[in-house]
Amino acid sequence: MKFGIVVFPGTWSDGDCYYAIHNVLGYEAGYIWHKETDLSDYDCLVLPGGFSYGDYLRAGAIARFSRVMVSVERFAQNGGLVVGICNGFQILCEAGLLPGVLLPNDHLQYRCQGTYLRAENNAVPFTSRCSTGQVLKVPISHYEGNYFAEDAVLREMEANGQIIFRYCSPHGEVTEKFNPNGSLHNIAGIINNGGNVMGMMPHPERVCEALLGGDDGNLIWESINDYLHGRTE
Amino acid sequence: MTISTAELNKVALSREEYDFIVQKLGREPTEVELGMFGSLWSEHCGYKYSAPLLKLLPSRGERVLVGPGEENAGVVDIGDGQVVVMKIESHNHPSAIEPYQGAATGVGGIVRDIFTMGARPVALLNSLRFGPLENEHNRYLFNGVVGGIAGYGNCLGIPDVGGEIVFANCYSGNPLVNALCLGIAEKGKLMKSQAGAAGNVLMLVGADTGRDGIHGASGLASRTFDGEQELRPTVQVGNPFLEKLLIEACLELVQADWVMGMQDLGAAGLTSSVIESVAKADKGVDMDVLKVSRREEGMTPYEVMLSESQERMLVIVREGCEDRVKAVLERWDLCADVIGQVTDDGLAVIREGEKVVASVPVSLLSSPPRYRRQGKKPLWLEEVQSWEASSLLDLTARQCNETLLRLLSSPNIASKETVYRQYDHQVMNNSVVLPGEDAAVLRVRGTEKGLSLTCDGNGRYCYLDPCAGGAIAVAEAARNLVCSGACPVALTDCLNFGNPEKDDVYYQMEECIKGMAQACDMLQIPVISGNVSLYNETRGEAIYPTPVVGMVGVIRDLKRRCTMPFKDEGDRVFLLGGEGDGGIGGSEYLAVMHGLVKGKPSIDLDREKQVQQCCLEAIERGIVKSAHDCADGGLMVAVAECCIAGGIGLGGKEWCIDGRLDVALFGEQQGRIVISVAPDAVTKVEELAYKYHAPLDYLGQVGGEQLSLEEYICLPVEEMAKAWRRGI
Repeated sequence: MKFGIVVFPGTWSDGDCYYAIHNVLGYEAGYIWHKETDLSDYDCLVLPGGFSYGDYLRAGAIARFSRVMVSVERFAQNGGLVVGICNGFQILCEAGLLPGVLLPNDHLQYRCQGTYLRAENNAVPFTSRCSTGQVLKVPISHYEGNYFAEDAVLREMEANGQIIFRYCSPHGEVTEKFNPNGSLHNIAGIINNGGNVMGMMPHPERVCEALLGGDDGNLIWESINDYLHGRTE
Repeated sequence: MTISTAELNKVALSREEYDFIVQKLGREPTEVELGMFGSLWSEHCGYKYSAPLLKLLPSRGERVLVGPGEENAGVVDIGDGQVVVMKIESHNHPSAIEPYQGAATGVGGIVRDIFTMGARPVALLNSLRFGPLENEHNRYLFNGVVGGIAGYGNCLGIPDVGGEIVFANCYSGNPLVNALCLGIAEKGKLMKSQAGAAGNVLMLVGADTGRDGIHGASGLASRTFDGEQELRPTVQVGNPFLEKLLIEACLELVQADWVMGMQDLGAAGLTSSVIESVAKADKGVDMDVLKVSRREEGMTPYEVMLSESQERMLVIVREGCEDRVKAVLERWDLCADVIGQVTDDGLAVIREGEKVVASVPVSLLSSPPRYRRQGKKPLWLEEVQSWEASSLLDLTARQCNETLLRLLSSPNIASKETVYRQYDHQVMNNSVVLPGEDAAVLRVRGTEKGLSLTCDGNGRYCYLDPCAGGAIAVAEAARNLVCSGACPVALTDCLNFGNPEKDDVYYQMEECIKGMAQACDMLQIPVISGNVSLYNETRGEAIYPTPVVGMVGVIRDLKRRCTMPFKDEGDRVFLLGGEGDGGIGGSEYLAVMHGLVKGKPSIDLDREKQVQQCCLEAIERGIVKSAHDCADGGLMVAVAECCIAGGIGLGGKEWCIDGRLDVALFGEQQGRIVISVAPDAVTKVEELAYKYHAPLDYLGQVGGEQLSLEEYICLPVEEMAKAWRRGI
């Protein structure tokens, strides 16, 4: 079982993801340079945060044309697990692997702060370690995290249980007050229809140790590990 | 002499300096040569006025590996085979003209200084000064600067972990933007900036060269200016994405033993980086401007040599290894031009193809004149210092609540969260104590240690008493680190002053530096790097003399770090360092409540040292549960901040205030720290205070939902928090 962390020029959460997944949790992990195409070594791909290609034009808009993305798409189509965090989420939306788009925050400012997330659906490979309704403390750090999708798409996603995380209060109330960027329905993280591609704006890799203010983020990596072991064993 | 005064002004050279150049060369300089002299002899690059004064600062210490002026940044040993590389730098003038790009490229420049040396940049801090935000232009500058720091720094993936923001009228139109970067490297693996042996090849890496930033060093940073519009082209435009690629590529390059030196291109562009690196090696250089990739056609050699286009590095490699450099760069989609070679003759020869456009001794270019002036204490200073508190009515007990709320919502004291939440302060997974505390704390991977970082300055104190103010800047920075449980190990300074050719400004500069030196000596903290920003004035009015101190300390065991918030009900709160007898002069209280900037701040450095040593030992032994520096706004603001941060109150009883109320509650006597301890640790802290001869006064018990101190203060924590959060 091996995590593959995709590195684009301008990616900067690659090291943090590697640290959380490998150094803290002890899972096998490796970096995938954006010019690579062979992903056969990996069981789960992570598209980390950062400013791929400077996020010039629009966040994720250039990275989606990277050579590695053709392989990422094939990997996802074959049912492989893919996690996009922050910039990675933006790239997955741009690539059409996830529905919707990430607009600039409604207040038009960058935001780096702690947020609380309510786990909405634990029947997916990424959140099985959470209980439904559990509140996770995970920070955000982005300028374009304002999730938007057409009404019809949104209705369908809600109906299918594709909303995985919503911004909430420390006690789990989903209200406008605790929405840090204007996302529709307080959406912080979603999955695709197939249930194998997840994107989230908050950074689980940043909360991997008590020293750094908590370890709620590990639940995601541990869930994935459980799922992959369940499947392979 | 045929040259006009206007032409000399353009390059910021005096007639005397020009005549000296002519005499040394035995001829008139060419246009390119003149531009090179102007830049290298500017205050910004050449430290004409400040160099003699900077020698007063102590720069030695057992941990110091590279001191000021030797390389792009200073280096200290932090043990376990690791070193810290640190420097602070100003980008005041560019930010005054184009705040977003000015601040952004300020971040870019300081980050390059760190990775040029082979260190991975791991933290940014910034110290900012603006005029009051009620003024629309100040608001524009403020938003632009904060946006620029966020826009550039966030893209790099380097956490911006702390800093300070201060407002005062004197910074209207002349904001101060000082950026600090800290890097970590393996000991013995640092890269030098010198060019090495003759035959080594100069390669220019990164961005193409454009017409931006020409005369940034000489024109912008080294003289006063008023008209703003026409200066905008002298400000550079940043590309943080390219910088990020450069960081990664250069950190790969420094591993190679065929890379002999590396020097970033900052102020005065190619001119300063090429000349400085060959000057350090006592060599010459032969280079061709036609080899430099450009952004636009028709650039003259003068423009190429003086362009301050950002995100460029000079990489000096052993002859024959050029292709190896290109191979490393290719991975990052970066290009490199071979632009010249190191020579043995000590001459700087600049060509445009076949044509020689400059040929001057490197030693002459790199030895700017030095001016040691005689400062004079200005008359106005006597007058403001002679002010006595007795000319003001004291506070009454009934006014104390309202006064505290006013101070908490004063922009200088109020929460800066609306600013720092725009900066990524957590990337790299090392941030243990986040912004909003006395100091930021980072863990050092693979060790038990932490690094504690802070930036401090106090222009108002320095204005009222430059020597005491300089000492306070150093002492307060150290105190902040101590409150986090760190032992201060090194400082970097950014000296922001007005026009040094004026007597009173020179006096301020000299006295501030003397004061800083005294505090450095007393607290045994060496200065390892720094930067000078002079000519900070608009329409003839100088800013407050504002030395800014960036400091790093080491926390031996991260488990024993300390923070500001009061923690648990029943904990006992003490003031370490004695109750206020330092008067009310220079205080935020005086400025906010009475609109006065008068009086004479002071500092007792012996007391300061006792208090800091006592506090540090108490934290290291695990006796103290919270510690907070008592600074702007005095004792009441300090305890209010501990309550707000902890979301818990404090009840004080049997307070007896003998002297003036305003002094006791809001006076800003130095050398004081508010600490809280568990009830069973009271004896231990008393013993420690006795050991260090540090005064210790009991303030009250943690608990409840309000701050209440006898008949003086009674405020719900929530109400104080609201006032504190709405400040800016």
